[in-house]
Amino acid sequence: MQTELHESLRKGVRELCARFPDPYWRELDAQRAYPTAFVKTLTEAGYLAALIPEEYGGAGLHITEAAIILEEINRAGCNSGACHAQMYIMGTLLRHGNVEQKRRYLPKIANGELRLQAFGVSEPTTGSDTTQLKTMAVRKGDKYVVNGQKVWISRAEHSDLMLMIARTTPVEQVKKRSEGLSVLLVDMREAVGHGIAIRPIRTMMNHATTELFIDDLEVPVENLIGEEGKGFKYLLDGLNAERILIAAECIGDGRWFVERATRYAKERVVFGRPIGQNQGIQFPIAKAHVHVESADLMRIRAAELFDNGQPCGPEANMAKLLAADASWEAANMAVQTFGGFGFAEEYDVERKFRETRLYQVAPVSTNLILSFIAEHVLGLPRSY
Amino acid sequence: MKIISCIKPVPDPASRLVINETKTWIKDQDLTFVASEADNYALEEALRLKEKHGGEVVVISMGGEEAARVLRSGLAMGADRAIHLFDEKFKGADEFAAAEALAEAIRKDGGADLILTGVQSDDLGTGMTGVMLAEFLGIGHATVVVGVEANPDAKTLRAKRELEGGMNETVELPVPALLTIQFGINQPRYASLKGIMAAKKKEMKVLAAADLGLADHQVGRAGAMYEVKEVLIPERKSRVEILTGTPEEAAAKLVEKLRKEAKVL
Repeated sequence: MQTELHESLRKGVRELCARFPDPYWRELDAQRAYPTAFVKTLTEAGYLAALIPEEYGGAGLHITEAAIILEEINRAGCNSGACHAQMYIMGTLLRHGNVEQKRRYLPKIANGELRLQAFGVSEPTTGSDTTQLKTMAVRKGDKYVVNGQKVWISRAEHSDLMLMIARTTPVEQVKKRSEGLSVLLVDMREAVGHGIAIRPIRTMMNHATTELFIDDLEVPVENLIGEEGKGFKYLLDGLNAERILIAAECIGDGRWFVERATRYAKERVVFGRPIGQNQGIQFPIAKAHVHVESADLMRIRAAELFDNGQPCGPEANMAKLLAADASWEAANMAVQTFGGFGFAEEYDVERKFRETRLYQVAPVSTNLILSFIAEHVLGLPRSY
Repeated sequence: MKIISCIKPVPDPASRLVINETKTWIKDQDLTFVASEADNYALEEALRLKEKHGGEVVVISMGGEEAARVLRSGLAMGADRAIHLFDEKFKGADEFAAAEALAEAIRKDGGADLILTGVQSDDLGTGMTGVMLAEFLGIGHATVVVGVEANPDAKTLRAKRELEGGMNETVELPVPALLTIQFGINQPRYASLKGIMAAKKKEMKVLAAADLGLADHQVGRAGAMYEVKEVLIPERKSRVEILTGTPEEAAAKLVEKLRKEAKVL
């Protein structure tokens, strides 16, 4: 029964994505424009509400299914990066929000009326060292007054709501530096221009990322998610889901590269024979395929553990690392296979190459995953 | 309006097809099956007519697991329920035997106001099943339909048919009727996530030959009117001819050949 569902999901997403072929993405890429029509279609078809429970208007599916959806999007040549967060950022609200907050926001997130697809975590001076973040939220009566700066906040311009992590207790007043951080829900429709200024950051690929300047932003106390001071814990418990979903996107990218390269290597004739007949061309394709498929097994394993409520930190992290490495290897292979055409925009390989490069760095860098495995799985001394 | 939409499972067009040992069909054990493309247009038309006039859409297919698969897709697209003709005995059916089994199943389901099929299948492409099905049911039909307008109150429908030479004709038929739907009449929808989830709860009735009251000699290979003797890949022939003479003479010869032999001018 599950396989039938997975097959239907793959088919449904593939058919939807077929309406947004390569030229659509190429054009947006050239303009660095947000894929509004694609995201709207995907939302209306309900795919981004996969993880929202049925009682709040979603499909009540699990990480395995959500991962399949994102994988198929990337495999079709589209880019989940524009909207994947609408799928999983609400997890923090779902797990830690109160009933009133969940009733108020989740049904509208499920039907797309509200876009919650930005999470303000990173800051210019702290990078991955989240507990050092400087943004302060000071309680004044029934409001928090927030001041600080955030960077690499993706989709902030395309979000109605944003979750933001800020320090509510100064670091010198807490026992552990991971304490005293809180998650706030910011209504971007009101906040932009009234406490938040957004500066888009142009990057090497079409990814709507931004920098936020927060200046006396007022957030009602009722918008605190969960308990004050426990924000870092809330942040961590959403990470495994994110790792698995991003791994699935990389698997999708990897398969796209392998499929495109294989097709091209069969068709392209040089020196009187298809280039794919040369081992110098076919071995890298075969190798990339092997690595993508083996990364997929770890992603399936991690998703299985996650869905059964079992600990899956090591598996989720390993899946992300393996998948990101496999998609990057496949991307390099595809450029090499396509030769000069790999650099030509109209072949789309260079675009996907730029897009998949991101996952070596975001949402967690490869080095931090290795540190996690070394320290928490192998028991080696903490390196940072 | 009750509309029945017939779906034939065919090998995914992206598959690599290999002829089987007996040379009577392709090796289809490991292939992925999808709905024949024209049948998707038929189902979309059925769903649109239901949205406009109300009623229900029933999808029907014959075959093994591959038929169940295309029926599930149909349910996910929005059909209300499905009928799966599933029996070893149905194997080897030609258009005639398939049409007879479909007709009995439709009759058993209480008939329909409108039955839609694709104009032809992606594999055999004879375009006969729909027409034969109409005959078995004793109802009118129109083929190669590129537009449908139903008038449920008057119990009629108008079908625009594609003719040769870039012309169309509009015909009016009393319902119940059967239409074979041409490619491109609409843009078939994709399944929404809600549709996929809802499909799991929809009815899929499984019927065997005995449930249809059909005897062994009427179904499958035994009920077929013809037998496939050989499936083959046409021999490729190429001919090269060098035209001699001055460029003007060669050009004149070339034009002559294009006109009289190749008949492309």
